[in-house]
Amino acid sequence: MTTSQQAASQQAASQQQRSVPKPVFTDAEAGAKVFPDSDSSARRFNYFVPARRKQTHYEDVTVEVQPDPRHYLSQNWLYGFADGRGGYPLDWTVLRAWGTDQPEPKRFPGSGGKGYEWPALGWHEFRDPNEEWELTLYRYNANVVRQLNQNVENARQTKAFGQWNRNWVRFVERNLGAWMHVDHGLGLYLYANAQRRAPTNMHNNAISVNSMHRIRSAQDLALYNLTLTEEIAGFDGTAHIEAWNSDPAWQGVRETAEQLTAIDDWCEAIFAGNVVFEPLVGELFRSHLVQHAAPRNGDFVTPTIVGAEEYDYAERDLRYTIPMFGLLTNDREFAGPNKSVMDGWLAAWVPRALAAARALQPLWSQPDAKPPRFEDGLDAAKSRFSGIVTDLGLAVPKELAQ
Amino acid sequence: MSRQSVARAHQKIQELAWEPAYHQPVSQYGTDYTFRRAQKKDPLKQVLRSYFPMQEEKDHRVYGAEDGAIRGNMFRQVQERWLEWQKLFLSIIPLPEISAARAMPLLFRNVPNPELHNGQAIQMIDEVRHSTIQQNLKRLYMNNYIDPAGFNTSLRGFHNDYCGTIGRQFAEGFITGDAITAASIYLTIVAETAFTNTLFVAMPAEAAANGDYLLPTVFHSVQSDESRHISNGYATLLMALADEENQQLLERDLRYAWWNNHRVVDAAIGTFIEYGTKDRRKDRESYAEMWRRWIYDDYYRSYLVPLEKYGLKVPHDLIEEAWNQIWNKGYVHEVAQFFATGWLANYWRIDPMTERDFEWFEYKYPGWYDRYGKWWENYARLSEPNGHHPIVAEDVDYQYPHRCWTCMVPCLVREDMVMDEVDGQWRTYCHEACRWTDAVAFRPVFEGRQTPNMGQLIGYREWETLYHGWNWADVVSDMGFVRDDGKTMTAQPHLNLDPKKMWTLDHLRRMPPLQSPNVLLNEMTPEERETFRANYVRGGPAGRPAPAEA
Repeated sequence: MTTSQQAASQQAASQQQRSVPKPVFTDAEAGAKVFPDSDSSARRFNYFVPARRKQTHYEDVTVEVQPDPRHYLSQNWLYGFADGRGGYPLDWTVLRAWGTDQPEPKRFPGSGGKGYEWPALGWHEFRDPNEEWELTLYRYNANVVRQLNQNVENARQTKAFGQWNRNWVRFVERNLGAWMHVDHGLGLYLYANAQRRAPTNMHNNAISVNSMHRIRSAQDLALYNLTLTEEIAGFDGTAHIEAWNSDPAWQGVRETAEQLTAIDDWCEAIFAGNVVFEPLVGELFRSHLVQHAAPRNGDFVTPTIVGAEEYDYAERDLRYTIPMFGLLTNDREFAGPNKSVMDGWLAAWVPRALAAARALQPLWSQPDAKPPRFEDGLDAAKSRFSGIVTDLGLAVPKELAQ
Repeated sequence: MSRQSVARAHQKIQELAWEPAYHQPVSQYGTDYTFRRAQKKDPLKQVLRSYFPMQEEKDHRVYGAEDGAIRGNMFRQVQERWLEWQKLFLSIIPLPEISAARAMPLLFRNVPNPELHNGQAIQMIDEVRHSTIQQNLKRLYMNNYIDPAGFNTSLRGFHNDYCGTIGRQFAEGFITGDAITAASIYLTIVAETAFTNTLFVAMPAEAAANGDYLLPTVFHSVQSDESRHISNGYATLLMALADEENQQLLERDLRYAWWNNHRVVDAAIGTFIEYGTKDRRKDRESYAEMWRRWIYDDYYRSYLVPLEKYGLKVPHDLIEEAWNQIWNKGYVHEVAQFFATGWLANYWRIDPMTERDFEWFEYKYPGWYDRYGKWWENYARLSEPNGHHPIVAEDVDYQYPHRCWTCMVPCLVREDMVMDEVDGQWRTYCHEACRWTDAVAFRPVFEGRQTPNMGQLIGYREWETLYHGWNWADVVSDMGFVRDDGKTMTAQPHLNLDPKKMWTLDHLRRMPPLQSPNVLLNEMTPEERETFRANYVRGGPAGRPAPAEA
């Protein structure tokens, strides 16, 4: 036997020893046979009613993943807390959607499994207009961090940070640095916490994406701070801690942020965060101070970082918040009581937010090149807030005049 | 990431945390654990600036493969036997995934280490990824596989089906009760660290062998996130071990979580892998072999046992007993047989076993044919309607089992059945460990210690109770497991899609009514109950009634 024959023989032997599953033609593709349910009309999830005529991809991957004993969950929740309550109790918020007052369907020996017709509760009518699911949230956030990386890298290469005046360096290290604590604290302890508590998957997924926006923004600012420490001689990368811990200008924001994380009612938490705090404090600081002051002080980089968070809030997080609460202010059973509750939340949170905003006022005089006046910025923030409140069908609270 | 190393970036983001000065974050979930001693570093060192692009890249691969599968018409070579079981699996799994996301806040206030909260937040959004990417896979199957029935009713079916109820523990156990028991021990220490190996690695391998390469594509991508979650659990466990008074609770929770995961996951995944495959190569691993490798060696011996030196009391007895159940007591085979017995109450089709299957089972599990062969021959014989009832109502030497109150898998290893009066109700349990879980562990006092945060087992835990006295046709109709002609059943005990060979509601009308074993048990006198118990534990294997006493 020649060498090549031996090699071929060994190869054949080793091929015989290989054990692999054999492909089999099964013809198990759609349309291969005709039988009950083979029609294309059967190829859709049929356990929910879509918001529009045609169900969306977002609805398919989101709706009804979190069950509800009021319609299909016939054996009810199986695990409870120490008080015996399981799942997602509706009274984790005082707001109500239609159907809430109906008792849960009674099941007993021989009762059958049927509950109320889907959706049984107005809560299930909410759809996130951002249609967030994993594909969209990773695409969006990956795009954001890629763009931020490029912006910072380009600024570093072009020595853009060298154009900053000294006071602006101090401003950024202290004040922009302080804001990242707000993002981090609310991202974790308000938003991530709230995504355990809403009665549908649509709510909880939207809130969890909101949470990641805030946590990402906090990290964006922290890593930007790290870059600045490396690039700007004398940039104090830890100054933000002192500002957050003891600068009087920041204590109002800090107190309000901490109070936001102390809210028990998940609807109140999202409402106070996205309807009140963000327009009156968040946008005031970001849009009406940082974004305006930065270019005048030679900084064309910071606005691109802060602008990402501005977009998160204005175009994504507020965008889901409006219909989430709009459904409740227009609820066919509980619109009136819901509006009263939200009016109470406005009365409680607007003064806190305004006090926090006013405490920030000294920041407006710190940069060498001044931004537009604080009062003008606050007026614009109030106007923005009034528009949001009006969109929700709520009255602008008298506390706004404070 | 630009310039900054992950380690430096991670170190920097630790500056974000702060101790509250004015108001404490709301505390909504209790635990009986204490964390007074150890601080633990976040083992993940994950920063969102690198995390999001990494996940996006993983998505590109997943969705690229999905496009390829459709263009290459993967479904021409997918085994129907396999895809049918995915109707069950993919109805269950998105809820456990999203429940894991919801579980993370349970840890925020109870694990006082802000550094770990970063990892928990990333796990939260990972789980949103898993839940929706799996829903999307199911949608793709529904759109492209020959039989969409069961996929199209998926979540309604899952929510009102008894198999779904079994699987639902693997979700609700994460989000209720004592926060550490649920979100740390049950979820990360046991479910993710031990059982995702069989769920997300072993099972996808079997999918590939059955012509389905999308399940491995999606689930290996999911599994690549699990390693981070396992690190979360490990860090929390080490913190818990630092407080001596936690050891009693750790022992309790490991026993409960281990046993419940074994009962639930091995029941489902064991059945999918052993009875859902057409790959009968003798050198392919059986579920028992996979279990021995992934769970016994990799988890028990390599992960749990080394923790003993830190004071962890490892439930050696229950781990050996789980193996004993799988290897000696035929746990997976008993479960598969029960699923097939109750095929009519489900929403997928179950293929009969063939001679080739028998040969493989006998090779892998010597003695299998003597125990189960005859019954599966009967299953095949009775699979197409021909004037007889579905197998559950025919005399095939099978006694319909009582259900375990705790894990809700029936008491299939008959000799292990335990009966107890708990909370004023007579209940049956599949094993003493399940009785202990209900009667001892899930209580506000445990071995004399106050455990006010421990959860409760609630709900209508025996499915049959709801339909006690109902005609089977009405049961199936009530659950909605009917096709679009209004009479043909979604479930079938075979894969033949010829409408003439398919069971309809009309076939079920003639059957005797469904009876709830638990309702009947509670109607018995004490003497009758004891006679029942003594008789039941003499039954089996393979569901055989107890032989008549001489």
